[in-house]
Order: sequence, then structure tokens, then C-alpha cells
Amino acid sequence: MADLSKARHKGFFDYLEDAIPKLVLAPTFLAALIFIYGFILWTAWISITQSRLLPNYKIASGYKITKKALENMGHNGVPETVLKELQALEKRELTNKKSRFLQNVKKQIGLEQTHKYKELILKHSYTRDPLFQYKKLFNSDRWLVALKNLLIFASLFIGLCIALGLLLAIFLDQRIRSEGALRTIYLYPMALSFIVTGAVWKWILNPNLGVEQLVRNMGFAGFTFDWLVNSKMAIYTVVIAAVWQSTGFVLALFLAGLRGIDDAIIKAAQVDGASLPRIYRRIIIPGLRPVFLSAVIILSHIAIKSFDLVMVLTRGGPGYSSDLPATFMYAFAFNRGRLGFGASSAMMMFFVVMAIIIPYLYSELRKTRYA
Amino acid sequence: MGLKLFRCCLMVMVALCIFSTSAFGGEVEVLHWWTSGGEAKSVAVLKELLEKEGHIWKDFAVAGGGGDAAMTVLKSRAVAGNPPTAAQVKGPQIQLWGDEGLLANLDDVARAEKWDELLPKVVADIMKYEGSYVAVPVNVHRINWMWANPEVFRKAGAQLPTTWEQFEVAAKKIKKAGFIPVAWGGQPWQEATVFEIIVAAVGGPDFYRRALVDADAKALSSPTMVKVLEIMKMIKQYTDKGAPGRDWNLATAMVIQGKAAMQFMGDWAKGEFTAAGKSPGADYIAMPAPGTSNQFLFNVDSFIMFKQKDPGAKEAQKAMARLILQPEFQKVFNVNKGSIPVRLGMPRAPFDDPALRAMSEFIASATGGGLVPSMAHEMAVFPAIRGAILDVVTNFYNSDMSAKKAAAELAREVEAAM
Repeated sequence: MADLSKARHKGFFDYLEDAIPKLVLAPTFLAALIFIYGFILWTAWISITQSRLLPNYKIASGYKITKKALENMGHNGVPETVLKELQALEKRELTNKKSRFLQNVKKQIGLEQTHKYKELILKHSYTRDPLFQYKKLFNSDRWLVALKNLLIFASLFIGLCIALGLLLAIFLDQRIRSEGALRTIYLYPMALSFIVTGAVWKWILNPNLGVEQLVRNMGFAGFTFDWLVNSKMAIYTVVIAAVWQSTGFVLALFLAGLRGIDDAIIKAAQVDGASLPRIYRRIIIPGLRPVFLSAVIILSHIAIKSFDLVMVLTRGGPGYSSDLPATFMYAFAFNRGRLGFGASSAMMMFFVVMAIIIPYLYSELRKTRYA
Repeated sequence: MGLKLFRCCLMVMVALCIFSTSAFGGEVEVLHWWTSGGEAKSVAVLKELLEKEGHIWKDFAVAGGGGDAAMTVLKSRAVAGNPPTAAQVKGPQIQLWGDEGLLANLDDVARAEKWDELLPKVVADIMKYEGSYVAVPVNVHRINWMWANPEVFRKAGAQLPTTWEQFEVAAKKIKKAGFIPVAWGGQPWQEATVFEIIVAAVGGPDFYRRALVDADAKALSSPTMVKVLEIMKMIKQYTDKGAPGRDWNLATAMVIQGKAAMQFMGDWAKGEFTAAGKSPGADYIAMPAPGTSNQFLFNVDSFIMFKQKDPGAKEAQKAMARLILQPEFQKVFNVNKGSIPVRLGMPRAPFDDPALRAMSEFIASATGGGLVPSMAHEMAVFPAIRGAILDVVTNFYNSDMSAKKAAAELAREVEAAM
């Protein structure tokens, strides 16, 4: 009896011991589920509505003359001549304001006809359009500028950071004197926030205060370096500042990777008579593959969510020439009372991230599994 | 026994407390972003007046971002079903909040206080949702000012311009003399401020209303608009390279220090001159921007009032609405803030010269039809349309787009944002 109860007792504690990790993890799991995936879904839902100032959960709907609407009206007795005139309205966008829609109809077919067929027209032209905001988004010039800027910024930022970071890491790895001090110097920008980096580079690049003025004061009166205020070049100043800040971090990653490579392989290659560049090209850099993976993932998410740097450095300007999707989303969702429109741009950012990360992760993880 | 008695007393006291507050006064929770020195002082006046009547003022100040932060807070409170009593919201945004069905009807206060007679019709219409008052105006800022440094004009041998043709002549001279003719702040809202001033100057108030209040596509793409945009581009050659991204007060500082000759900015720029110890007329000149002398582009701050359940809070809300438009608050608030009173027929005593001039021109333009709401300062059109206009204007100004194309773009983008 005594033994049995002891065993049962032990069983309960065993069970508890097994469950503790799960119990401890459950709140964070739940929090992640709600606050990350839940809100992604919420944003997706908002993006198919016509939400303006406040969220509204009705799928975008309103009045629009479509081919199907014209057909249905024809079947229900609206004459051919009126239908032909209404056809001109097909290009108009969906509107949820009845009065505005009727106004346009009136302009097209006249007051009398509108009055006669009002009910039929309203009934058949009422449609739902979940992609309403997305269509608007891709008709917006500013969004296309933001997307193009993201492409320029992300590719240059990731490419330059990795190239410079690797180069500096290789130089630092040559067992030079006072490496610790140099490493600290390179890593130091990382200690600043993007806000500070933005403010500093704003002054350095300002043509009246910074580099341009400095060189002119040195006697080169014709020197110009006005990227910050030139709408064609402004996005490149964002690249400069971001690369300056993040290179040190990539350097640290690569340096750690380099230190992790087995000396024996390098020694063996040296015995075989391989030159130093060849050793790097054939042995060391391929050995850094996992570091490339982490660097690309970290840098690409910095690039896509990058907001503060642009806000401080250029404020998206001049004009909106250096806008990025993140600043675009903020402006429309929070400043202009177009929540649905902003949500659709946020979803597009999400899809961009997925498009980059999923194939990369897939190829990398598959290799390690079957290696 | 002792404990029981004590408990009884306590309960009576609590009951009395609840009773007394609901009988004599309620609480108003006011969301605003007037947090800087002069502004905070101005708001404190309202608090005092309300407390004198036995109501409780709960301050809900959210600083930062020119109200963006406060709006975000307000939206989350409204979504949670717990909006404050009053919030600082202005212009057509009042209609958006009205659409949500959250605003209280202030018609009985308005009738008792005769608001329809006290306020110019243009202003009163903005405060109404479907014909009923839902908001209370607080103050008026004039947008179409030109701030000039007479010393620079004298050194360059130029005349103060009253038309855009004269402006070009003067600007040429000033540039030749080695000064910056226009202190330009290269931020979208500042560029839009100059844009709307030129719209008013070139097209007059009727065209302004059609283009920037009704957002009529025909007016936006008209030859008049092309001319407006051409003038705006003409100004660009008289600005300096450091303009993009410059804050308005730094631009004002350029005029104060004599580096630049003039700036186009609302009457809040006066505060910068006053803080630098400059006196109007002698050290700086404030005059209506070229071509707009009998027009008044206004920016009116206002409080919207949310529906309340508690009768005490309702009472307090009405008292607040009433007090805001009474002469005592109007006087103290506007002297502190540097704006002018929104109600007509105020004593002129405590106001300074530029404010007095603005006051008489406010009244004159209200009757003469030159009183128009400012587009750049969110008084004329919905935020979505304002945003579309700002995008096109700033993109036009900062690129080599032609004026004709920009006007067509303006009509297209505004249509898409509706």
C-alpha cells in the first residue's frame, strides 16, 4: 500500500515535471499567437475594408458600374441607349457614397432618366470589392516611388554592409596589433540609435553646413555634393547613413565566424601550397555560409522596417522622393485617416518580407537537413 | 458598536460625496496638445474658469507630432468605447468624427449663447455636423502673412512687394545684393502653405473655394492652377539650398538674423520675433502676402465634444462649451497664444498691433467674402484629400515636373483620394 501511493505520488510529480516547460512557455506562445499572428490577420482584414479614421469591419463595398451590372440592368428593362451612356462610367472607382454616385450618373444620362431608373441602377451596381484598397495602392504614384526606393535601399544596404563588413573582418583577422581597440571603433556606431545616426548625417550632408561647405571653404568653389536635397539622389543618402551604422555589426558577425573556422584546414591548405586569396575564396568564405544567412536575414528586416532613419534624415523628402513603405504606411494610416489603405500597404510589406525570407530559409534549412 | 457606527458614517460620507459631485458639478476630461509654455498657460485659464463653477478638470495632454500622437490616443480611446469629454480636433475631421456617431449635440448652449450671431458663418459651418453644433471654436490664426526684414530690403534697394510681379522684381534685387530673398522651409505643409497663398492671390476667393474647399477637378486642372504652380516654381530660384527639410522656426530665424528677406508663414511666426526681442514695424514688418491683402486664410482650433452618459459630466461639458466662447477666456487665451479671438465684437484693448490688424481684417473679410479656410492647415478638405494635394504639390516643387502636368496630376490624385 505504502509503496503504491508513493509510486502514484511520484507519477504526479513526473507528470508535473514533464509539463512545466510547456506551462512556462504557454503564456509566451499565447502572446505570440495573439500579438503577432493575430494582429497580422487583423491587419489583413482591415486591408479589405474601407476603414477611414477608425477600423470598420465591413468588406469594401459600394456603387460601381461594371459589365455585369450593365447586363443585369439590360435584362430588367433599362433601354440600350441608357446603358451605352452608362458605359462611360465603367472607369470610375467604387464609391460608398450614394449621392456622389448618383451625381455622376446624372451627369451622364440626365436628370429624367436617372429618376426613372434610379432603383434599378442602384440595385445592380452595388458590389463588393475586397481588393479595393490594393487597386488604389498600385494606382498611387507615391506607393510606386516607395517600392522602388525600398528596392534600391535594401539591395544597396545589404550588399554594401556584407561586402564592407566581410572585408574589414578579414583585415582585422590578420592578427594585427591593437585589434581590440579597432574592433571597438568599428562596432561603435552600432551603439547609436538610428535617430542619432540620422541627425548626425543630416548635418554632415547638409549642403550649407556639411561636406559641401567644408570643401568649398578649402578653396574648391565649384564643388557640389547636394544629394540630401536632390530628389533624385536623396535615397542614396539614406543608404550611406544606414551602411555606416550597420557595417560594424556585420563585421562582428563575420569576425566571430572567421575565428570559428578550424585552423587545421587552413594549415593543411597552406602546406598544399595554396595562396592566401585562394584559401579565402575556396575555404574560408564558403565556411562562413551560416553567417551570411544570419547577416542577410537581420539586414533585410532592418531594411524593410526602416522608418526612424528616413524620418530624421530626409523626412521622406524632398517631396516624397525618399519615402519607404514604412513611412508611407504611417503617413496614410495615422496622419491621413485612411486606415484601410495604410493596412493594404502594410500587407504588401509583409508579402515582400515573406517573398525574401521564405525561399532563403527553405533553401538553407533543406541543405543542412540533408547534408 | 464603535466599528458599526464608523462604517455607517463612512457610507453616508461616500454617498454624500457621490451625490454632491453629481449635483454641483461633473468632470471634464480634455484631450489636447497645448503643452508648450504659452499654450499651457492659455489652457490653464479654462481650467480655472471651470473650477470656479464647481466642475473638475481632468487634463489629458498628449504632446508631440503636432497632434499626431494625440490623435492616435484619441482613436484608441474611441475604439475602446471610452472617449474623453472633449478633444482638440479641427476642420473637416469634425465631420469624420460625426460620421462615427460619437459627438454630443450642443445646440441648446449655442442657442442660449447666440453662437450663430457671434461666429462668422464659414466658421460656424465647420463646427456643425448635419446642422447641429458638435464643436466649439477656440481661436483664429491667419495664414497669409509675409514676414519681412526691412533692413535687408533697404540694403538691396528693393520695395516691399504687394503683387507677385513686384515680388519677382524685388527678389531679383535682393539676390543680387547677396541675400536670400525667401526663407523657405522645405516640408510638405510649409510648401502647401505658400501654394494656397498663391492660389488665393491668383484666383481670388471664389477660385480658392472651388479648388481647395470643394476639391473640384475642373478647377484643380484649370489654366489658373497652372499659373499658380508656375509662380511657385519661380519662387524656388530665390531660395537657398539648405531649404529641404528646414523647420519653419529656423526659416523665421533667417529673417530675424538678416540672412533672408522674407518668409510666408502664419501668424505664429510673430512669437519667434517677439522672443528675439524684435518690435513690429521697426525690426520686422508683418503684412499680408502679395495679392492677398483683402483675403483671410484662417486656421481655427476647436474642441469636439463627445456624448456623455453621466448627467454631471453632461452639465460640465456644456459649461465648458459656454465658457470657451465667453469674452473673458477668449481674451486671455488669445493674448497668450498669439492668435485672435474667434467671436466677433471683442474689446480691442489687450491685443498688439498685428493682432488688431488681423482682427479688423477678419471681420472685414467675413462680410466681404474673402474669409476662406486654409487647406494646408486641415481646415478645408478631408485629411485624405489634403494629403493627396500635398503629395502632388511637394513632388512638383521638388522635381522638374511641368506645371501643366502637375495640375492634371492634382485633379487625378484628388479624385482617387475621395
